Amino acid sequence: MKQRRKRQEKFMEERPPMSGWRRFARVFFGRKVVLFGLIVLALYVLIAIFADLIAPYDYKQINLQQVLAQPSGEHLLGTDTAGRDVLSRLIYGIRPTLIVGSATILIAAVCGTILGLIAGYFGGWIQTIIMRCIDALMGFPMLLLALVIAAVLGGGMKNIIIALGVASIPTFARVMCAQTLIIKENDYIIAGRSLGFTNWHLMWNHIVPNAFPPLVILATMNIGMVILMEAGLSFLGIGIQAPDAAWGSMVSAGYNRLTSNPMLSVAPGIAIMLIVFSLNMVGDGLRDAVDPRLRGTL
Amino acid sequence: MITYIIKRLIQAVFILLLLTFIVYGVMRFVPGDPLLMYLGATDIQALSPEALDQARQELGLDQGILVQYFKWLGNVFQGDWGKSFHFKADVLLLISQRMPVTIYLGVLAFFFSSTIGISLGIIAAVRRGKWADTVATLAANTAITIPIFWLGIIMILIFGVSLGWLPIAGFTSPFDDFWLSTKKLIMPVICLMIGSMGSNARLTRTSMLEVIRQDYIRTAWSKGLKERVIILKHALKNSLIPVITVMGLQVRFIFGGAVLIEQVFAIPGMGRLLVDATFGKDYMVVQGCVLVIGIIVVLTNLIVDISYGWLDPRVRYD
Repeated sequence: MKQRRKRQEKFMEERPPMSGWRRFARVFFGRKVVLFGLIVLALYVLIAIFADLIAPYDYKQINLQQVLAQPSGEHLLGTDTAGRDVLSRLIYGIRPTLIVGSATILIAAVCGTILGLIAGYFGGWIQTIIMRCIDALMGFPMLLLALVIAAVLGGGMKNIIIALGVASIPTFARVMCAQTLIIKENDYIIAGRSLGFTNWHLMWNHIVPNAFPPLVILATMNIGMVILMEAGLSFLGIGIQAPDAAWGSMVSAGYNRLTSNPMLSVAPGIAIMLIVFSLNMVGDGLRDAVDPRLRGTL
Repeated sequence: MITYIIKRLIQAVFILLLLTFIVYGVMRFVPGDPLLMYLGATDIQALSPEALDQARQELGLDQGILVQYFKWLGNVFQGDWGKSFHFKADVLLLISQRMPVTIYLGVLAFFFSSTIGISLGIIAAVRRGKWADTVATLAANTAITIPIFWLGIIMILIFGVSLGWLPIAGFTSPFDDFWLSTKKLIMPVICLMIGSMGSNARLTRTSMLEVIRQDYIRTAWSKGLKERVIILKHALKNSLIPVITVMGLQVRFIFGGAVLIEQVFAIPGMGRLLVDATFGKDYMVVQGCVLVIGIIVVLTNLIVDISYGWLDPRVRYD
């Protein structure tokens, strides 16, 4: 008996010294660059929420007396061609950026997951039809697909979200389909089936939760790309346009005043870079903390 | 191998059919009467309803979408890609003028993004944790976050306007004036390749780190081989497998980026054609561009898949 307990204690000692959460936290918060990303993201979110309090001017306020003012104490980043304060527009520009980024990914993730799940779970001709359509969409640049869809729907935030969302579906569908194909071969799914669980129950309660980590990581890592694409569309003149503040169209508007007022284009570009960099780093950190094996695949 | 290629080619044809059909369907949801785009508002008001109906019939706009799609497809095979009402020119002619520009740009960007990206990744992996790794990784992580149109603008500002080293816009064929053409292409190619370069570097680093941990690399070390031989001859080939997979996808990114970069640098390529056509609701041109870009992307993916066999003899094509 004593010997047995001893053996048991020995077994206990050999268990990994850290719980899953602590390991996660140690890896995730252990890297300075991830921490930097998190802090920047938190700052962006706070600024977006309290934009009304922080912004020195009304971002839509046209002031023809102060057109194209250089950066000064009064206007830290100067004013644009309509005399609007660039810093205020930059601050308010966080809102559409964050909204478009997260809403797009939400649409793409939900639709992509459902499509991939159905395709992977049922297999056969259902999989063939769904995945060939996904392949067809993958055979075309995402930005161009979004451009064509946005041109059909017209500009504005809602349509941009739809266009980018549809263009981002294939990535999620592919990952989810691959995950489902692996997970459905597990014994617990076969056991569940023999117990008479419905397909819906198996998919929703057993496959989706197990496929969740890679999907969440994929989502985080894709928000940055979506923000870049949104900026690209706005730059081309089809996204969110003035008087609403969007960084992409601000860069585009400043393009013609490059030599006299470089800040008009430079500042929004830096704002875009900073948020995309932070999102990518947080995504990387999340991936390494949850499952380092996913490196190279996501 | 041959059967595999034939199978993939048949698949590619289906993918292209599906892609063009989807885009055809989407474009047809464009609000407004397509006839309006052919004739212009003033003409439409001048014409009687009967004459309008006749024009509609002549253009085939009275038929269903499916019929129109297959008609377009049949014409494409006969070399008739339709007429652009926006540019007042033959679509095939327009595309054949613009395509070489974008392909030249794209091939250069693809070449440099692969070579520089993979080299950066190797350096980072081999010198893991050293300053070279920090610099290369930071460069790669920054490269994938830069909005390329913004980078283009900044480069124009610095190298074109302030320093005056490079011409800021336009395109010259390398056959007309090679030196001028190269000078004009430096900035666009850097902008176009930067994102792919970053992701190539990141991926190469990760996969190289995996490979150099393996036993056969240790054996190579213990045989007394030089570091250069081990890395370039033994480790590189295996660590390129995941990188090559993503390279196929990168062709998409480069084409997507070409739209933005051609706009910034005023380069008359396919990207600009597509943007102008999309805004002008010139769907014959959009349709043609989609087909051509689709063919290029699908073919490059096929080449990528075939090159697996060379990289990894375990891959069997059946």
